[in-house]
Amino acid sequence: MSAIGLNHFLILATTLFGLGIFIISTRKNVIAILMGIELVLNSANINFVAFSRYSNGNIDGHIFSIFVIILAAAETVVGMAIVLMLFRRYKHVNATDLDNLKQ
Amino acid sequence: MAKYLFLIPLFPLIGAVFNALFGYSIHKKKGEKPIHWLAILMPVASFVVAVMVFVNLASQSGEHKLLTNHLFEMVNIEFVKINMAFAVDQLSAVMILIVTGVGSLIHIYAVGYMHGDESYWRFFSYLNIFLFAMLLLVMGDNLIVMFFGWEGVGFASYALIGFWYKDVNNASAGMKAFIVNRIGDFGFLVGFFLLFWGLSGAWTEVGHHYVMGEEHFTITFTELHKLFANEEFVNAFKAKTFMGVSLATLVPLLLFVGATGKSAQIPLYVWLPDAMAGPTPVSALIHAATMVTSGVYMISRLNFLFSISPWVMVVITGIGALTALFAASIALVQRDIKKVLAYSTVSQLGYMFIAVGTGAYWAGIFHVMTHAFFKALLFMGAGSVIMGMHHEQDMFYMGGLRKKMPKTHMTMLLATISIAGLPGLAGFFSKDEILWKAFATENQAISWWPYLVWGMGALAALFTSFYMFRLYFMTFSGENRADRIPVTTHHGDDEHHGHHEIKESPSSVTIPLMILAFLATFAGYIGMPHLFHALPNYLEHWLEPVFETSTEHIHLRHGLEHSLGLEWGLMTVSIVLAFVGFFVAKRFYNNNPLIEDDPNNIPAKLKKKFAMFHEILFQKYFVDELYFFFVVNNLLRLNNLLSWFDGKIIDGIVNNVALVVKIFTFFAGAIDKYIVDGMVKGVGNIVFTLNRRVAALQTGRIQTYVIGMSAGLVLIIIIRYILL
Repeated sequence: MSAIGLNHFLILATTLFGLGIFIISTRKNVIAILMGIELVLNSANINFVAFSRYSNGNIDGHIFSIFVIILAAAETVVGMAIVLMLFRRYKHVNATDLDNLKQ
Repeated sequence: MAKYLFLIPLFPLIGAVFNALFGYSIHKKKGEKPIHWLAILMPVASFVVAVMVFVNLASQSGEHKLLTNHLFEMVNIEFVKINMAFAVDQLSAVMILIVTGVGSLIHIYAVGYMHGDESYWRFFSYLNIFLFAMLLLVMGDNLIVMFFGWEGVGFASYALIGFWYKDVNNASAGMKAFIVNRIGDFGFLVGFFLLFWGLSGAWTEVGHHYVMGEEHFTITFTELHKLFANEEFVNAFKAKTFMGVSLATLVPLLLFVGATGKSAQIPLYVWLPDAMAGPTPVSALIHAATMVTSGVYMISRLNFLFSISPWVMVVITGIGALTALFAASIALVQRDIKKVLAYSTVSQLGYMFIAVGTGAYWAGIFHVMTHAFFKALLFMGAGSVIMGMHHEQDMFYMGGLRKKMPKTHMTMLLATISIAGLPGLAGFFSKDEILWKAFATENQAISWWPYLVWGMGALAALFTSFYMFRLYFMTFSGENRADRIPVTTHHGDDEHHGHHEIKESPSSVTIPLMILAFLATFAGYIGMPHLFHALPNYLEHWLEPVFETSTEHIHLRHGLEHSLGLEWGLMTVSIVLAFVGFFVAKRFYNNNPLIEDDPNNIPAKLKKKFAMFHEILFQKYFVDELYFFFVVNNLLRLNNLLSWFDGKIIDGIVNNVALVVKIFTFFAGAIDKYIVDGMVKGVGNIVFTLNRRVAALQTGRIQTYVIGMSAGLVLIIIIRYILL
């Protein structure tokens, strides 16, 4: 095994991304889906930081990832608010039954 | 005065329209009075205007007196103009006086007779429209206006005869009158068309020389008269033939067919006796003053047309004489008082046709006038008697009314004497004049014809005298026989009057009777025979100018012009015949209680002896049955045949066509349904199915979309980085 390089970070990020997608598409609970989205966003963050570390060495990637974290927080707030509203309306947060978009 | 002529027919029209529109509610709210006041006032107003017209006409100088009133133009075809116009000359002046005068009296009489009828207003409305139509007929300036009246009279008689339409018999009597009249009208119309054709463009420039100095031809009677006075034209008219018959024969014959319908001559008289179904004032109006005289009037009006063909004159006198005798013989044995009078009318009309047929037009009009008086009187008297007898019309149950109804009795007696032709009263003068003219006038076609006609007329006169006095004695002499009325024939609604209470009719009935009795007695003195040279014949002199063209064709037979002796002789014969009729009737029926087995009851014995004769006469020669057998039955059979033809053949064709169409449409429908619709629906189906498949992708679940998105991403990566 060689020293840990960029590829390892990319594989980790890809794995995290895949897990996030898996959670989004399989879990019924909307909150769990939101968690999946966090995983996907964080996998992107890892990619940013990794590329930033192994490229010319500036901190653009770090700043971008912090930006994403803030954005994810904001997104989670909005998402939780929606979930609350969904619960008030349907008395459940089961994503498979929320297919009103079909119409 | 001429411009007020239109008022004469207008007044009855106003009355008719007003009562027709508002009569019902007025009758309900205010009772009978306003209705009959209006209905009587209108004819009386007409009568007043008519008298003024008459005076005005009489004061005109010259031979040809004429008043015309042009209202409006109806037809305008190049040279021909047909106007709605009225004209009164000497002839129509006499007629309007009779129509409005006797008509007014009948209206007054109807007040008493129709009292209490639920359709009181309808009755008076019809009566007025009847007068209106009759006035149109006699006052029309041309044949078209006359035809309006002619048809209007037919309608009014239909409405009035069937007035009590709830009884089927009355309603069918009305229809019978209408249909029989239609047959006559058909002849009249065809005759009129042929006449128009026969004028052969007398109004065009080519034929203009016929109508001297007229700018437009208006087919008025005056112009026709002028035309037929033109020898050249008459020859052209005679030369014109239709189906091989000269128009000079055909046109008058067809017009005469019309006259037989309206004036009840053989063979179209059958409606008149049935017209008895109407209320008695209607009978009086139809039989006396209006309607039946219209045929006589029409022939007199068109005398110039009728007198050019001797054969037509033969037919008219023949039919007239036959009708006079035939109807008189039926009247000999009838039991219904109104039936006797009805056949008497038919018979008297026969006399009028003898008169106009022999060319003695003024005598025909004279008899129209005297007949209007005594027949109206007889009918109204009979109506009074029927009222007194509580609607019993069978004379066998009358008798003894002399004391109970003195006014009716006196007036009826005068009328009976007048119609029977006992000397001195009106009927004697007119009938005697007709018989004399029938005997003495030369017939250009058959030389012995006058003898035959006179013989039949004289025999009919004997019959007339007999049946009229029979009626009189059966009704008024002896004891009342009302107690013999079988309960079933007695009208139930009169039960509360009590059976035996027979009293005189109210004054609205008896006053017109008295006026008419006066006229029926004295009217004869305006047409005294030539025998009495000292006395002037006002009527003949008055009517002379109207008939002057035709009198050129009519001559007394050679050697008879001055034979006063013969005229005296014939008059004596008529008087003797009239008295024979009277004495026989008196011997048979005066104070006769009419008990079947009574040895003194001569009529009953005769009836037994000549049972078959009696039956034939009593059943009116079975004419109605013959008509039914030969005409009505065949018509019904034809009707059935046509109905079968219609049902099987016409309907069959229609049904088969329908079937073909149906099959065709079935195929067309199938093509439409399966091919055209199939194509449209097929496209729709394909789209629909695809849609269903595609739509399944849209689940609405975010997760599916995420999977799709991821799968797409993976796919892109595979394609981009691995496959390529």
